Amino acid sequence: MLMLALRNLMRNRRRSLATLAALAIGAASILMFGGYSTNIRYSMETAYVRTGGHLQIQHRDFNLYGSGDPTAYGIRDAERIVDAIRRDEVLGPKLVVATPTLQFGGIAGNYGAGVSKTVVGFGLQASENARMREWNHYDIPLVSPPFALLNSRPDSAIVGVGVARVLQLCATLKIANCPQPEKDVPAAGGAAMPDDILALTQREQNAPRGKGGSRAAAVAAPPPSPRRIELLASSTRGTPNVAALEVVEAEGQGFKELDEVFVAVHLAQAQRLVFGRAPPKATAIMLQLQRPDQMAGAAERLRAKLPEWSGQQPLAVLDLEELNPFFLQTIQLFNTIFGFIFVLIGSLVLFSVSNTMNTAVVERTVEIGTLRAMGLRKHGIRQLFMIEGFLLGAAGAVGGALVALLASALINSLGLEWLPPGSAEALPLVLRIWGENGMIVGTTLGLIVVATVSAWWPAHRAAKLNVVDALRHA
Amino acid sequence: MTEHDDAHAPTELLPGARDESGPGDDAEDSPREGVPVAELRGVHKSYRLDDVEVPVIRGVDMLIRPGNFTVLLGPSGSGKTTLLNMLGCIDRPDAGEVWVHGTDVGALDDDALSDFRGKHIGFIFQNFNLLPVLSAYENIEYPLVLSGASPKTRADRVPKLLDAVGLTDKAKHRPGQLSGGQRQRVAIARALVMKPKLVIADEPTANLDSKTGEAILALMRHMQRRHRISFVFSSHDPAVFRSADDAIFLKDGAIVSRRRQGVEVQGA
Repeated sequence: MLMLALRNLMRNRRRSLATLAALAIGAASILMFGGYSTNIRYSMETAYVRTGGHLQIQHRDFNLYGSGDPTAYGIRDAERIVDAIRRDEVLGPKLVVATPTLQFGGIAGNYGAGVSKTVVGFGLQASENARMREWNHYDIPLVSPPFALLNSRPDSAIVGVGVARVLQLCATLKIANCPQPEKDVPAAGGAAMPDDILALTQREQNAPRGKGGSRAAAVAAPPPSPRRIELLASSTRGTPNVAALEVVEAEGQGFKELDEVFVAVHLAQAQRLVFGRAPPKATAIMLQLQRPDQMAGAAERLRAKLPEWSGQQPLAVLDLEELNPFFLQTIQLFNTIFGFIFVLIGSLVLFSVSNTMNTAVVERTVEIGTLRAMGLRKHGIRQLFMIEGFLLGAAGAVGGALVALLASALINSLGLEWLPPGSAEALPLVLRIWGENGMIVGTTLGLIVVATVSAWWPAHRAAKLNVVDALRHA
Repeated sequence: MTEHDDAHAPTELLPGARDESGPGDDAEDSPREGVPVAELRGVHKSYRLDDVEVPVIRGVDMLIRPGNFTVLLGPSGSGKTTLLNMLGCIDRPDAGEVWVHGTDVGALDDDALSDFRGKHIGFIFQNFNLLPVLSAYENIEYPLVLSGASPKTRADRVPKLLDAVGLTDKAKHRPGQLSGGQRQRVAIARALVMKPKLVIADEPTANLDSKTGEAILALMRHMQRRHRISFVFSSHDPAVFRSADDAIFLKDGAIVSRRRQGVEVQGA
């Protein structure tokens, strides 16, 4: 039956090839779009994992209410929890980085320029965050620039490009495409800091350390510098604290909203600013894992052990998708588009194969009658045409997969780039088809099923033909 | 290759052909004398043309004797093809009974009827009706494939039949590479490959020139005698009439006369 079906397809080569070509182009289109959306997913996931990790431990209510008063939803003894995680027999081997972070609200000012800006501050451990930025499970061909806080002074800061623009640091930081304001402003580093702010700054820098706080040497009054800003934050005692910071870099954050409020400082600096002499806290503990598929298992282990490690603090474990709703929405959007494209192309395949098989049934009516006269059952006739549909689908889908693989190799070699949403830097445009076996097999099998099913109606019609009428067909 | 080549084929390409009066390969399956290989009892058949019911067969009783060459004769529209279709179990009467090889085929469902045809009835068509994508060998082999015969059986039987019809050297040729006479010889071999007791042939020589037609007829007669098969023809060809053991004359869907070896007889 298989041999007969194959030879019948070869009988009208032009028609069979046209149908095959339609199938192959359809399969290739689906796979190439799938490769494109897979690349977007991997790129976004890599970007988020590099900056925020796979999992975060936060106060149970931080995700909902923390934006109003982050430090009110802090984690006590964060370093002890981090140590416990690193030593855990289940989590330890999965871990790349476990590091606390402190988020707080404040006002950054450039008094020399007479400007200030509401900001969101992030206290980070420089060495751990530098390691996080190296995560590249999906081999994204991208080299991230070195983390500017690494090996920098304790009073160093990174600001968003939007913050730098508002604080008029573009020239000193040599930021490209950063327009200057039109109004007449004093040159950077011009006016002196007000005395009260200076006093606050010096008091913070010279204050003795509280229990559990990081120790840093007392520093003298900050030297005048065009990169100098002051960061004012409300401490947990309700009093304002000010830190004088040296901006070492402006780093684009992708989203304009984040880019215009972002300030990153050393964790110890942030904790001093917010907690002063009081025991410091963290607003989150970030965990970065070796592989994405470890996330569920790690989250489950954390939820089981956290009450014990944290001293019964009300903590929650959030994963990548919960932390980044935009990522999840983007993935869902692309999955929906992928599904829509599959249905569209599947419909084209259905009509194409069905039309080819209908024509074959009409042309071979006498042959059908002859086969039935020879003893082939109705089911056998149906089977014959469905096998032909299956063969068309198989050849077309497999051919399309090969075309997609070749086309993707060609496109990937061109070195094209694109700027993904939520990213400050352009990424290589890559169609990820090689190695995506699930997508290749799923698409190929799906189209084979569609082609086989689309042959059913013509096959059914052929099987139902009256033998005498079929033999008499002109 | 010409049609005239076929005129020489039947006799020259039948090595080891037995004396026609002796038993053939299937002597152990020889039909019992007196037991009809097929029988029609009071069959009626009508076709609907738009709103009009057109009677085609009117109360026909007919016996097909075993091991005989039977021809149905009559003008166009007399019901020859319809009767052949009923004998061949590819059509059912509106009334009456059809018995083939001792089986009331009216009691069989469609699948059983298909199996019955495959096992017991061979067909030879006016237009040969070979499968164009199969070679001569494969066309002959195909009924065996459908029946699930073993490769050994197929390899044993098909070459013999190819040889019997004188087409061993054309085994790998597709129908498009064969003349009309050669195609009909392949069709004859295909009709016989399952060793049926009944072969239905609807105007098998109509699309052949007279010389080729005579050669085909001679081949069928030879095969019929050798394998003790009943052949039932419909034809306008006088040569067929002259070769027949039994002739049944039809007009307007009814039998008007019957001749058995040239002698008019009464009854079925």
